[in-house]
Amino acid sequence: MPVTQEILDEIALSFAEYQMIVDRLDREPNSVELGMFGALWSEHCGYKHSRPLLEMLPSTSSRTLSQAGAENAGAIDIGNGMAVVFKVESHNHPSAVEPLQGAATGVGGIVRDILAMGARPIALLNSLRFGPPDDPANRRLLRGVVDGIGWYGNCIGVPDVAGEIYFDDSYSHNPLVNAMCVGIAPVDSLASAAADTPGHVLLLVGAGTGRDGIHGASGLASRTFEEEQELRPTVQVGNPFLEKVLIEACLEALATGKVQALQDLGAAGLTSAAVESVARGQRGFSLDINRVHRRESGMSGYEVMLSESQERMLLVTSPAYVDDVSAVFEKWDVPCRPVGVVTEEQTARVMDGSETIAAAPVTHLGDAPRYRLNGQPAPEDSERQHLSLSDVPLPESVGLSGASAVLTRLLASPNIASRRHVYRQYDHQVQTNTVVGPGAGDAAVLRIKETGQAIAVAIDGNGRHCFLDPYSGAQRIVAEVTRNLSCVGAEPLALTDCLNFGNPERPEIYYQLEQCISGVADACRRLGVPVVSGNVSLYNESQGTAIFPTPIVGGLGLLEDARNHCGAGFPSDGLTVVLVGADRLSADDSDLAGSEYLSTVHGMTRGKPGINLDLEYAVQALCRQLIADGLALSAHDCSDGGFAVALAESCILGNPRVGGSEPTGFQTLDAFAATIPQRWDAALFGEAASRILISVSPEIAPAVLAAAESAGVPATVIGETGGGRLRIGALLDVPMDELARAWYGGLDGVWS
Amino acid sequence: MRFGILVFPGTWSDTDCHHAVSGVLQQEAEYVWHKNDDLSPYDAIIVPGGFSYGDYLRAGAIARFSPVMAAVKTFADAGGPVIGICNGFQILCEAGLLPGALRRNGHLEYRCQWTSLRTERADTPFTNLCETGQLLAVPVSHGEGNYYADARTVADLEENGRIVFRYCDSDGAATDRANPNGSVANIAGIVNEAGNVLGLMPHPERSCEMLLGSDDGNLIFGSMIAAVEGHAS
Repeated sequence: MPVTQEILDEIALSFAEYQMIVDRLDREPNSVELGMFGALWSEHCGYKHSRPLLEMLPSTSSRTLSQAGAENAGAIDIGNGMAVVFKVESHNHPSAVEPLQGAATGVGGIVRDILAMGARPIALLNSLRFGPPDDPANRRLLRGVVDGIGWYGNCIGVPDVAGEIYFDDSYSHNPLVNAMCVGIAPVDSLASAAADTPGHVLLLVGAGTGRDGIHGASGLASRTFEEEQELRPTVQVGNPFLEKVLIEACLEALATGKVQALQDLGAAGLTSAAVESVARGQRGFSLDINRVHRRESGMSGYEVMLSESQERMLLVTSPAYVDDVSAVFEKWDVPCRPVGVVTEEQTARVMDGSETIAAAPVTHLGDAPRYRLNGQPAPEDSERQHLSLSDVPLPESVGLSGASAVLTRLLASPNIASRRHVYRQYDHQVQTNTVVGPGAGDAAVLRIKETGQAIAVAIDGNGRHCFLDPYSGAQRIVAEVTRNLSCVGAEPLALTDCLNFGNPERPEIYYQLEQCISGVADACRRLGVPVVSGNVSLYNESQGTAIFPTPIVGGLGLLEDARNHCGAGFPSDGLTVVLVGADRLSADDSDLAGSEYLSTVHGMTRGKPGINLDLEYAVQALCRQLIADGLALSAHDCSDGGFAVALAESCILGNPRVGGSEPTGFQTLDAFAATIPQRWDAALFGEAASRILISVSPEIAPAVLAAAESAGVPATVIGETGGGRLRIGALLDVPMDELARAWYGGLDGVWS
Repeated sequence: MRFGILVFPGTWSDTDCHHAVSGVLQQEAEYVWHKNDDLSPYDAIIVPGGFSYGDYLRAGAIARFSPVMAAVKTFADAGGPVIGICNGFQILCEAGLLPGALRRNGHLEYRCQWTSLRTERADTPFTNLCETGQLLAVPVSHGEGNYYADARTVADLEENGRIVFRYCDSDGAATDRANPNGSVANIAGIVNEAGNVLGLMPHPERSCEMLLGSDDGNLIFGSMIAAVEGHAS
């Protein structure tokens, strides 16, 4: 077959890669084979540019039950015979083309990854990025994505418990939609995706195969966003009802003990599911496309093998059990068809009746080339890192008179405002495990009915920090996600990551990728958490500009007793508030680096954010200890918007009760207020890491300070809760209802 | 006593209801597959929430044709207590066991949030452990919970005391602000003429443990137990 550049572009292979295929096969591949190679060697499936870098990440701990990449998602032993399985994955490109279906099928896809581990999905999280919401195009994307996540998640009965949304110009027309799913299963019923017994039958279950999503893995995920505008048919369409019955039917089939392996059909559809399953078992397969149930007629073998129709799973079972397993799917009215067998010979063989239409060695298909490129920082990077406070005018110069005005403005800014308008559209309670739901704490807390334990889950990212310094920016994300887990009282156990970057073939992007992974890896080692699963999304560019480098990190933590959790709001008036991690507010040049204040108020993205991981580790350990001992009554970390925003949020979320909260005021101690530096803007709104605000009973405060001292953690009493106003020395004095209105109303414009 | 909990394809509150009545309230509970048409082993029936058949046509419109729904009608006609929660309420309306319909929420968005329910009657098999006027903290989670019936039907519901729960604020006032979906007269739950079939949009099974924020839902399931076991107050 004479190959043309046009054909190779269609499947996103280079001519050199094509030549590699020819060398390996010792012949020209036919079109079906070429399509299969193209899909499996895509960045999405083959991790061509990222795998060598991903090897930097620590992937095991005493609690890991699976190697990263060896199965569909990472599994963690939480004790008492139970395992938690979790993973985050991107669906950026489809969501850019068709936000509702793109986001919905992103949820569906990650749920099936968890299902493929034999686990029941118990929680969803998502991390979203859009361009500024004052642009109607960005609002349309945001609304569509939120609708899609809600539509799919609500229908399948998996609660959506936490997430994050950020806006920045760099994501205009390049939205990021990362979905994370968490599942639970008894350790001894975790499923494998390895098909290793010749003669075992491949059962394709779920939706009929159609023409939707062909080239999703190779084409869509490797193109720029303008080209995608013409690619609507490559976006898959979701059917959450079918997903729901598929979940139940698969779990019921697994419970019979008659299923050897289970694999979801995601990117590259049947090709990738079949090849990956037998590759893990070091076998081959023979599959007949005539046996694949379809929703369209006249499909070619190429289309059947590369379709990315949703809501499909591949099961592997002994011929003796086919009837028993099929009966379960029949009960649920879910189609189930034997489409092939596992073979001794390690060949991926695709038949059209009696005719072989593709035959290639499994090892070659699964062994995508790996590229180690030379990263090079962009020349402007170091210039951007330079930030001196003397270059930042006081807010008066931009029309904001004093700290009260700045705080109100920041609370209403799209990146900080309450996400209530979003999460109330998601069912966050179904399955009745949600102890701390969205908006109430720094992480969500879900009880484990079987054991009395609880898990905490959170997801974080900060593209702006990574843009300014990819290494320390990435470290700070690992610190933040584990800190968020610690703030609800959970011990961080493991992480999952989704790496969203531009085109890695550009040296400055490859540099960002390399530095971010290295930062994540080093922070994980210092904080003692492995990365057990993840996904990579590259080529996130539009109009020649890449997105901010945006690694997203999802975290899993454990509370041995579900009752010992902690929220973010001050529980009552009359409590003492302690700042843990610092003994005063600083105003150094670096404090404003990459801050929301600098961006929102001054329109600047500058500086070099840093972090001290030793301090971070100690601060988190202390926070968990104070919560476990029942001393800390609330905990909230200083993150976007810094100290003053964190304080205001804990006040707004004050007096928590079922269904809401009643803001409580706050007044600083004179002794603390006197230490606030001259540059109050940097002090109040700087984003130095490793700081947590906790509230305690007044009589406990000395003991808390003593505990901090013996842990080597700086801490100081900053004031007391109560009254109807937030007051910081002579700098800031605002009625709480004004602050609450600003914060809750910040995203109103998006939906009106 | 023994609860029967219906399961349609797409039901998702079945396990939550099971946990509430068996795990928390220590009663017997069994799942009843939608193709089953014998409800004789059960003392009370729960039609749980979810998206039966995906609710692609109209919430509850397909589930009402399931074999089990004919059995539910027989069970209800014989005076057995039936509670329909969320999608279960929608199904009971579609099946004609309760009057009216659930439309899309007035604001056209899905809503998952806590609500405050005012108990309008304490003499039903679902509220005999409550006081009239008592406020219950129970969450809603739906996109189509906007109760509607024509003026005559609503007048009939009002006159005959068939409105069991109304959405209200923390002071017990049934205000527009406290109404999460636009339901006429802030209706959250109604009973049939005989008083043994309750439909409500809020999810009492989500408020049966203080760890989750409220245990007021136990008053509803507990009332059913009291009614069946004959010790209703």
